[in-house]
Amino acid sequence: MSATHANAAGMGGMRAAGDLVARMQMTRGMRLPAAKRYVAEKLRVSPSDLSDPVVMHDVRGALGLGRICYGGAALYPDQPSAMEAKFRIAGLLDVPVNCVDRFRANAGL
Amino acid sequence: MTTEQRIPTRLGDGSLLTLTRSEMRADVEAGVEAAVKRSHVPPLKADEMDHLLEICASRARFSSVDIGSEVVLSIDGTGGQLVAGRQGDLLTFEQYLGADIVELYHMDYSYKAVKTVLPFERQTLKNAQQALTVPVQYGAMPDLGRYSRPDGPIANWSELLPLGRVAEARAAQEEAAEMAAHDITFVAEGVWDAGADAVDLDTSGAAGDADLLAALVAAREIRDRCPGIGIEIGMASEMVLGMHGELEWHGVRLAGLWPHQQVKLAAEAGATVFGPAVNVNSTKSLPWNLARTLTLVKPCCEESTIPIHMNVGMGVGGVPMAVRAPVDAVSRAARACVDILRVDGL
Repeated sequence: MSATHANAAGMGGMRAAGDLVARMQMTRGMRLPAAKRYVAEKLRVSPSDLSDPVVMHDVRGALGLGRICYGGAALYPDQPSAMEAKFRIAGLLDVPVNCVDRFRANAGL
Repeated sequence: MTTEQRIPTRLGDGSLLTLTRSEMRADVEAGVEAAVKRSHVPPLKADEMDHLLEICASRARFSSVDIGSEVVLSIDGTGGQLVAGRQGDLLTFEQYLGADIVELYHMDYSYKAVKTVLPFERQTLKNAQQALTVPVQYGAMPDLGRYSRPDGPIANWSELLPLGRVAEARAAQEEAAEMAAHDITFVAEGVWDAGADAVDLDTSGAAGDADLLAALVAAREIRDRCPGIGIEIGMASEMVLGMHGELEWHGVRLAGLWPHQQVKLAAEAGATVFGPAVNVNSTKSLPWNLARTLTLVKPCCEESTIPIHMNVGMGVGGVPMAVRAPVDAVSRAARACVDILRVDGL
């Protein structure tokens, strides 16, 4: 079921920029066109680029927003991932990310 | 006898049937009419019905939205928890399925039950947040029935109502709603303190108007206590059942509310995402069910100020009531919701 929805209509999450648009919906209550416009402006791409995995692979890599790892050909041990990437996402989107704030406080940063 | 070609489609129970294009058009019109008659919403426009017919009348196994029209997937209750474990499920959905949001949940999926294992849930959520990049929300149901005997401490209103003890049944539901709102808030605050991005109050209203009241009261309280948290209120059915009948939220009677009326209360209570649900009639065709679903939810999408993530799981939103929902029907439901409703997510 989830795989079908993902293929039929999903933005692709980390494969593209669906997670970033989702953050604006969840945190700011932005409707989809506004959320896409907001993220696209921050990333300096067009709204339609946000669901293009080829464009976003490079953008995510350049901005350190985390990329999907697989096989031997797409591993990025020296790039930001998970919590590290979320620090950058919070800064880039100018949106508070709860676990980032707590990590910062708990680590004494 | 018609010479029209027969096209494969589905019944609401998932079984395959074939209809002619004319039969499909008749089913679309009948589905729209059923929604209009029941909820007094405007019918779909002619071009919207035509487009729905095009989606349904294709012989292709799979249907999808246009490139560039993709929407956010919140994936309530992420993963099956049997193969990879809970964190493994979330990672799998992030890394392999391209989920935009993932949801950690306890198999019991009830806030009342979760309250008893909250420390474990909080630690699991914290660990997941260290490993994932996509937003992680925590989800469960208000599940009001759990507060009535024999599962809970309160008199069972479903037993009292048939006996005509209406006042007692109402009082029991009011007491249960108070307890449920407290438990939901308690869990939400706990997972927020552990790093959750959002909470999902899923299948709100499943036990009727008191169930929805518990969700709204809790959402308001959560918004006040955790200002930055995302709150998704997902519904259980298209219309709020009046099991109590007199409950109100800020002067609005809850019984009998339709999606476009529910969403306004959800937004007012502090929700940032609303998930309308429309039940499937398992004896009607996919075109009929989709037409009815879209007609009922269209005003909700047009009038909402917050994102709409349509519920398109088993037995809702046009998706057949089948454990193994067929790809052809699920993909058509997803596409129809995006193309015609302009939903913000699924």
